Amino acid sequence: MVPITYYLVLSAILFACGVAGFLIKRNIITIFMSIELMLNAVNLTFVVFAAHWQKLSGHVFVFFVMVVAAAEAAVGLAIIIAIFRTRETLNVDRVNLLKL
Amino acid sequence: MHLILFIIFAVFCVGGALGLLISKHPINSALSLIVVMVSLAVLYLLLGAEFVAAIQVIVYAGAIMVLFVFTIMLLNAGEEERTKGSRVATALGFPALIIGAATVIYAILAKIGITGSLSLGQFRGTPEAVSDLLFRDFLLPFEVTSVLILIAIMGAVLLARKGSAE
Repeated sequence: MVPITYYLVLSAILFACGVAGFLIKRNIITIFMSIELMLNAVNLTFVVFAAHWQKLSGHVFVFFVMVVAAAEAAVGLAIIIAIFRTRETLNVDRVNLLKL
Repeated sequence: MHLILFIIFAVFCVGGALGLLISKHPINSALSLIVVMVSLAVLYLLLGAEFVAAIQVIVYAGAIMVLFVFTIMLLNAGEEERTKGSRVATALGFPALIIGAATVIYAILAKIGITGSLSLGQFRGTPEAVSDLLFRDFLLPFEVTSVLILIAIMGAVLLARKGSAE
């Protein structure tokens, strides 16, 4: 038996780690990975509440979150490749113009 | 049993997340993130989410992370260079983050009043049950995601095509 709050606290810790990574990382790919970490933390919350209230809708929502994450990863990495081609850098501090 | 497995894989999760934060090289961060995702898949199994655990491994730890590693290799990303951030942001940001996380954890533990505990096998999200819901109640959103995926594919091809930058 595991209290449901343990799972929620774990999810909060993972989300906080994702936020911290988003803020302190300077490599654009690592920043992107932090976003994935935050999405995973939210997915854990969905699954925990699905188990708590015995409702399967939570699982379906996790499925949709994963679909959106996959689409986001595809487009985001394509944008990163385009940035790298013109700027020759992955450092976000050197990508400071809207113009590609 | 449930508690022991939970603690082991929760430690793996948090360790992987901290590894993502601490490591300097993006490939190390990517491997730490794979650790987090596989441990989360085990936690999903403990919660009875069989289908979600399977697609967590296949889609997240498989497809998306391979895409990340592939991009890191393709762009030959080296060690992260440190740049000077603003000192105020460093001084205020970390305490603010810790206070925020502590507030959320306090709210979960003490305030929202969700009690109850989960035991193994009390709820199962089998593929049959999930697909039953997905293809009946959520049929329209499911079809709309296909359009989203199509647009994402076209966008990725357009953005990454050679010569699109000029």
